[in-house]
Amino acid sequence: MNSLRSTWAIGRNTFTELVRMKVFYFLLIFSLLIIGSSAFAAKFSFQEQFQMLKDISLGAMSVFSSILAILATANFLPKDMEDRTIYTILAKPVPRISYLLGKLTGILLLLALAIALMTALFLFVLWFKEQGVLAETREQFKDASPEDLALALQEVARSTFNANLVPGIAIIFIKSALLASLTLFLSAFATSGLFTILMATAIYFIGHLQATARSYWLAGTDIQWWSRIMAALVALLFPDLQAFNFTDDVIAGAAIPLGLFAQTFALGILYVAIYFFLAALVFSGREL
Amino acid sequence: MIARRLTAILLLLLAGAALIPLQQHLAAEAKAAHLRKTDLNLDLRERIGQMGFLAALSGFRSPLAAFLWIEAHTAWENTEWGRMAGLFDTVTTLQPRSIPYWETAAWHMASNASTAALQNEKQPSEALRIRAQRQYFQIGRDLLERGIRNNPDRYNLYLELARLLNDKFEDYCGAADAYLKAASFPDAPAYCRRFAAYAMAKCPGRELEAYHLLKSLYDQGDKQRLPTLLNTLRNMEKKLDIPPQDRIKSP
Repeated sequence: MNSLRSTWAIGRNTFTELVRMKVFYFLLIFSLLIIGSSAFAAKFSFQEQFQMLKDISLGAMSVFSSILAILATANFLPKDMEDRTIYTILAKPVPRISYLLGKLTGILLLLALAIALMTALFLFVLWFKEQGVLAETREQFKDASPEDLALALQEVARSTFNANLVPGIAIIFIKSALLASLTLFLSAFATSGLFTILMATAIYFIGHLQATARSYWLAGTDIQWWSRIMAALVALLFPDLQAFNFTDDVIAGAAIPLGLFAQTFALGILYVAIYFFLAALVFSGREL
Repeated sequence: MIARRLTAILLLLLAGAALIPLQQHLAAEAKAAHLRKTDLNLDLRERIGQMGFLAALSGFRSPLAAFLWIEAHTAWENTEWGRMAGLFDTVTTLQPRSIPYWETAAWHMASNASTAALQNEKQPSEALRIRAQRQYFQIGRDLLERGIRNNPDRYNLYLELARLLNDKFEDYCGAADAYLKAASFPDAPAYCRRFAAYAMAKCPGRELEAYHLLKSLYDQGDKQRLPTLLNTLRNMEKKLDIPPQDRIKSP
């Protein structure tokens, strides 16, 4: 119970500390700016406008939440050691695993807040644009039959909101949580924040190719033994980030089956848990 | 400390191995649901450049498609049809599940670019102008057919293909089939079946099928009894020599 309380206290503290860091405000404002600016591509048809708004907004949300996850996590351990706050905390009866869990909780709270804010702004802009197009359509169809008007309005509504946006945004969150946990694992090894950031960024790119390496490895035919071993190492050591790339399909209005969404989310939670426990294992033996 | 690190890496490998079946299962399910279809290959790498490919690789694919779409729009304003065709190809490769991109790209090629080619004052030969026009029709058709292969679960592109075959290629048999395919989707507009019947009525050898389809629509009541449907049905009755007692009532 005490351990849970201290974990929560560390989590809250980490969250407050991160929110106060100007670099994160900058990232947030920048991403919000992209979402806002995409709303003003006015010379296209309404379908294209909505499509582009979703393209830019969800793409920006995905990339900024990933950057936020890596930067926020990579810096806390070296910073806590530099400020010596880690020694003050660990001198108390706080297990190292609680310290790490608290830090991860704080970062996940920050990511949830950042994604919630970006989602709110995105949905507001989308709704605002939809109202404009609906009013325009009503004006254009004022002499048409009620059935034709209803069909036209339905077409506008279909191009804006669809239920799949929710799982799409949830997957963006779990992907950034995975990256935060992965960066935590790397920072348990690392001696500097810069090393962790570089490694996490490299893994981010490799992770998007993991699925290709995996199928290359498992296909197994006409491949030289050494390239098969390399592909196997990539498949085994790196997370499959392509599995979390539903954003493009969500934007396109494709339906994501509930089972697939649930399993992908579960895979994300598994990755978060695995990287966290490995980070705890390494950190528990680390000399501070 | 080193022992712990090695243990962590060993555990990471084991966890990776344990997750492979789930990853494979999810990839198969996504494929079955027509998700994540973008093919990030060397051809795309050449078209979008190194930075663009890096962006596409890192999950920034949809914003990249949006920016290239704006570029295609600028190319349209400058009537650079060839450049537009290239950009459309890239955008649709980056976002193969986006219906508006396929629809608009095909419309630009089959309607705007083809008309511009036909009216091209720099080309004195009419035969070459017509050939250029037909080539743009074909680009529009290819775009729609590629779009359908990527989105077989949506009615929209079948409907666009039907319109294109009907209006530009005057291939009424193909148009009828595409309209019927669009009509088979539960969310397709009600007029798809009607349009299928109109196109089928012009398709040699399928007059009887067209008649039955028109009659079944007529039997649905006043909502379907539009002037074009009534005229086409009467023409079919005459053409097929339907007995007077089976014909629809004259106004």
